[in-house]
Amino acid sequence: MKGGGLRLYAMLYLLFLYAPILLLPVFAFNNATVIAFPLKGFTTEWFSQMVGNAALRKALTNSLVIAVSASILATCLGVFAARASTRFSFPGKGPAMGLIMLPLVLPEIIVAMSLLVVLLAVGVQLSVFTVIIGHTLICMPYAVAILSTAFSSLDKSLEEAAHDLGETKFSAFRLVILPLVMPGIISALLMCFTISLDEFIIAFFLAGNEPTLPTYIFSQLRFPKSIPVIMALGTILVLMSILLLATAEYFRRRGVARTGTQDTGGFL
Amino acid sequence: MTFSADRKPMIECRQVHKHYGDYHALRGIDLTIRAGEFFSLLGPSGCGKTTLLRTIAGFEEISSGVVLVDGKDMSNVPANVRPTNMVFQSYAIFPHLTVAQNVGFGLRRDPRSSAEKARAVEEALEMVGLKGYGKRAAHALSGGQRQRVALARALILKPKVLLLDEPLSALDRKMREQMQVELIKLQRQVGITFVLVTHDQEEALVMSDRIAVMFEGEIAQLAHPEALYARPASRRVADFIGLMNFLPVSITGESDAAVTADVPGFGRVDIPMSNVSRANPGDSGPSAGFRPEAMTLLGVNAPPAERETGGVIDEVVYYGDMTYYDVRLDGSDRPVRISMRNVFGRDIADVGTRTRVSWAPGSLVLFR
Repeated sequence: MKGGGLRLYAMLYLLFLYAPILLLPVFAFNNATVIAFPLKGFTTEWFSQMVGNAALRKALTNSLVIAVSASILATCLGVFAARASTRFSFPGKGPAMGLIMLPLVLPEIIVAMSLLVVLLAVGVQLSVFTVIIGHTLICMPYAVAILSTAFSSLDKSLEEAAHDLGETKFSAFRLVILPLVMPGIISALLMCFTISLDEFIIAFFLAGNEPTLPTYIFSQLRFPKSIPVIMALGTILVLMSILLLATAEYFRRRGVARTGTQDTGGFL
Repeated sequence: MTFSADRKPMIECRQVHKHYGDYHALRGIDLTIRAGEFFSLLGPSGCGKTTLLRTIAGFEEISSGVVLVDGKDMSNVPANVRPTNMVFQSYAIFPHLTVAQNVGFGLRRDPRSSAEKARAVEEALEMVGLKGYGKRAAHALSGGQRQRVALARALILKPKVLLLDEPLSALDRKMREQMQVELIKLQRQVGITFVLVTHDQEEALVMSDRIAVMFEGEIAQLAHPEALYARPASRRVADFIGLMNFLPVSITGESDAAVTADVPGFGRVDIPMSNVSRANPGDSGPSAGFRPEAMTLLGVNAPPAERETGGVIDEVVYYGDMTYYDVRLDGSDRPVRISMRNVFGRDIADVGTRTRVSWAPGSLVLFR
């Protein structure tokens, strides 16, 4: 076999990455409170407990509200930033774009702490809203990265052609640019949604008394009897993530096919 | 081919200047393009020809001056309401729409019924030779087909002026030559004023009624193709349009009608004032120029010509239909290029042999 050692290494590496995730559904359906082999039998008890859990439902609702709001906000702002950066040149463009992309490399705990200090100093009550602000901040770089690619692949004369053919600047954008970057917008929305949904540090610092899904899960790890429910929840989340990523990739590829451009590779 | 000057002006530029920061892209353009004319803006890249086209289209604001289209001042008139339409260099076909949707794009605000608009789209497609292509996806078309869609999309609005920004530069040579002829025919058929931007001098000569040659934001010469080719206004224009031989000369006399000069290989020649042009600022002295086809190689037994000289063949380049000879004329140390159309039965002369050469009167242009 060609490259035997390297192939074995790659396999072990992938196993190490994904085996723990594969264990989630296994124990989610296991009829025992202890997470250990041998398995005791099949049950859907943990899933029904999960559905009946009011605190969990509250955390889920909070997380969904935050993820939907933050992804829409980050994507809308991202559209402005990406268009400005790809279409126009203006003084201070480099530094402005750098600052927008900075949260990508800034330790999240720094972002969370400084936001907390500022929000408290200004006197803003910690709530779901403050988490939305934090998540929008950290989602922006991802949205801008995806949308910049979408905008920069567009021929500048497309917009001019629409303008030349009688449309106003705004209707030219709506009729030509928006449909062409729509796959990018959908990808950005889904990307931001997944990032926000499992974000822990900012949610932990800025949520006040409001639990989100990750902070709720963390708080439940202290109680051994609720761990199987967490396993069930984890199973659902893994399925949802795969679904979201697949949808995002579907739209990206459709966008590529539609405009007949070269596929430069996505994230799947 | 000459264009009647009595047609009304369609585009008038008066002292048009355009600055990009420190860069002076257009330096006082004065230009009148007449209705129904096929007009070309020709020049090397960066000469301002595309900028001028885009100011006429309304994509660039001018720094000072006036642009009039059909007698109306275009300042404060945005591109979407100007009576001009543009064919872009990249064609700018909307990739998410079908061919018919692309062609009908400009009819969105047209009050006609959708059936009438569909008929207009069909007619436009037929005009450019794409009948029956309406339902195809635009991004699946070939380069030549995209070009036709772009033309149909612009012409369906019946603009007063069609602006074409290097429309043929993305096509291969065969396709380009075919489209040149089709564009000329199309322009005659619709009678709309065409303004073409190109860096290809051959393309400009083939297609245009008149050509403006531009260098560094200024018009160097505005003339009919024949005049541009035969009597370039400056040595720079002569260098840019086709091939021209240059020989250093010494001027011996001047009258109101002509300049007399000693041209190596030609002897003393009177050059009429109409053929006297400007030299380049950096030239060492006056020079005479002539086109490769202005001279003819004579056979050994040919009768003596009225204007004849001799030389030695330095190099022979065979092109099938043409042969180029580099000939060192007597009394001149640098070879000149002479082109001969190949005729069946006439042999190609050999390198190193002596030859007799005749030259046409009025073919010499003096640059001083």
